[in-house]
Amino acid sequence: MYTKKVMDHFVNPRNMGVLENADGVGTVGNAKCGDIMRIYLKVEDEVIKDVAFKTFGCGAAVATSSIATELVKGKTIKEALKITNDAVVEALDGLPKAKIHCSLLAEEAVHAALWDYSKKHNIKIEGLKEPKADIHDEDIENMEEA
Amino acid sequence: MEKRVYFDNAATTPTHPQVVEAMLPYFTQSFGNPSSIYEVGQINKRAIDNARQQVADLINAKPEELFFTSGATEADNWAVKGIAESYKNKGNHIITSNIEHHAILHTCEYLEKNGFEVTYLPVDENGLIKIDDLKDAIKDTTILITIMFANNEIGTIQPIKEIGKVAKEKGIIFHTDAVQAVGQVPIDVEDMNIDMLSLTGHKFNGPKGTGALYVRKGIKLKAFIHGGAQERRRRGGTENVPCIVGLGKAAELAKVNLKVKISKLIKLRDKLIKGIKEEIPYCRLNGDAVKRLPNNVNFSFEFIEGESLLIMLDMKGISASSGSACTSGSLDPSHVLLGIGLPHEIAHGSLRLTLGNDNTEEDVDYLLEVLPDIVKRLRDMSPLYEDFIKNK
Repeated sequence: MYTKKVMDHFVNPRNMGVLENADGVGTVGNAKCGDIMRIYLKVEDEVIKDVAFKTFGCGAAVATSSIATELVKGKTIKEALKITNDAVVEALDGLPKAKIHCSLLAEEAVHAALWDYSKKHNIKIEGLKEPKADIHDEDIENMEEA
Repeated sequence: MEKRVYFDNAATTPTHPQVVEAMLPYFTQSFGNPSSIYEVGQINKRAIDNARQQVADLINAKPEELFFTSGATEADNWAVKGIAESYKNKGNHIITSNIEHHAILHTCEYLEKNGFEVTYLPVDENGLIKIDDLKDAIKDTTILITIMFANNEIGTIQPIKEIGKVAKEKGIIFHTDAVQAVGQVPIDVEDMNIDMLSLTGHKFNGPKGTGALYVRKGIKLKAFIHGGAQERRRRGGTENVPCIVGLGKAAELAKVNLKVKISKLIKLRDKLIKGIKEEIPYCRLNGDAVKRLPNNVNFSFEFIEGESLLIMLDMKGISASSGSACTSGSLDPSHVLLGIGLPHEIAHGSLRLTLGNDNTEEDVDYLLEVLPDIVKRLRDMSPLYEDFIKNK
């Protein structure tokens, strides 16, 4: 069902944990849908110096969170914003169709952490929209139709 | 060799070696069509008759009241659609419960789109319907009550005899989807006032793809599959003789071994339940503690999600099941767990362990050895648990 890469990130999640005194913390998803992702960021000079995550969810949810932290670590905010859910899926060598929403949640979790960072530090981040905190059945249907 | 423990017997069971042995001659040696007049065909006809008797004996029915099907899904469809069609002049109302298998629920939804009215009885926190709710739901137009014998996820056994009594008093046909109960607990269709019953062989060590529908003599039930004269013109198609023979043999073995099996499984089940409760905090046993299948254990673990749990168990060689939504396209967890009132986040973290003939105390010990660490690992990863600990 899952690729080797997904299983590797599920079994050996990278950057799992909490960052004390994080510059930005974002939590997305809801318990109703069965996936909650939280991303912690440390930002210095517009560069994401450190990142951590916690996830309540399925194997794909854990793996997408894990790979998302790897993808954004060391990147500038501008670069991190360009990392879409498609990039997350590609980096994992694919996800089952029913699990694509996990990658969207991972993208949103990074954006939510950046949003929190921008609010806390009173910084405007060009191109950052207020993240969608929740993913619904309709969102998944829309993704599947797209 | 890697350790493998199979705890998903509610999904399917291994076919018993004696069942396989009984089936084998009917593939190559005795391959004749049972509808044929010559000897090699007639041998197979007798084999089917014998299997019908064996299955009937398991539930105290008469052989002529048993119709072979491709499994319980077909039997459920036939029972519900068949009664709806045969008795539509009498009424259009059907009563069921909201925790039935989809073979019943989706069939009822189909009938609703075709002019029938369906009442879905709620269940209490243990998964039991209330007899008073059933009585209140009955109308002059009620033609069928279909309530499962035992739930496939939480193992709760319904008050079947009482339901049958209510139906009998009101002159309403009572069907039960007994897929999880046949071969696990004693069933007597006469004593329990059951008019129709669906079963499938692969849940009690028979082959997959063969089931039966019991229909009490006197009940009008239109043909489901039109074609030849098989199954007394009610279910056309050349009989799957090897599997029917296998189903019969599995029924015979189930009847002979039932008491010993129940006693063994209850011991293992209760050890699992006690062990999990003792070893893992913030968990809840789903389903009735007493009115429960001997082979069913279903827990919800707070703060974690079921699919992750299943994958980690699988990596330790344990096969189990969950009511988590994650294996389906929808985001909603099991309708059964929601039906007993679990909040979504708790329902997502469920684990179903279903025991079978081959399970041992060592299997239970092994599960109890690995499960607490897995739950702890997933909780360490969970933002819900992080928040819970912070706010404690």
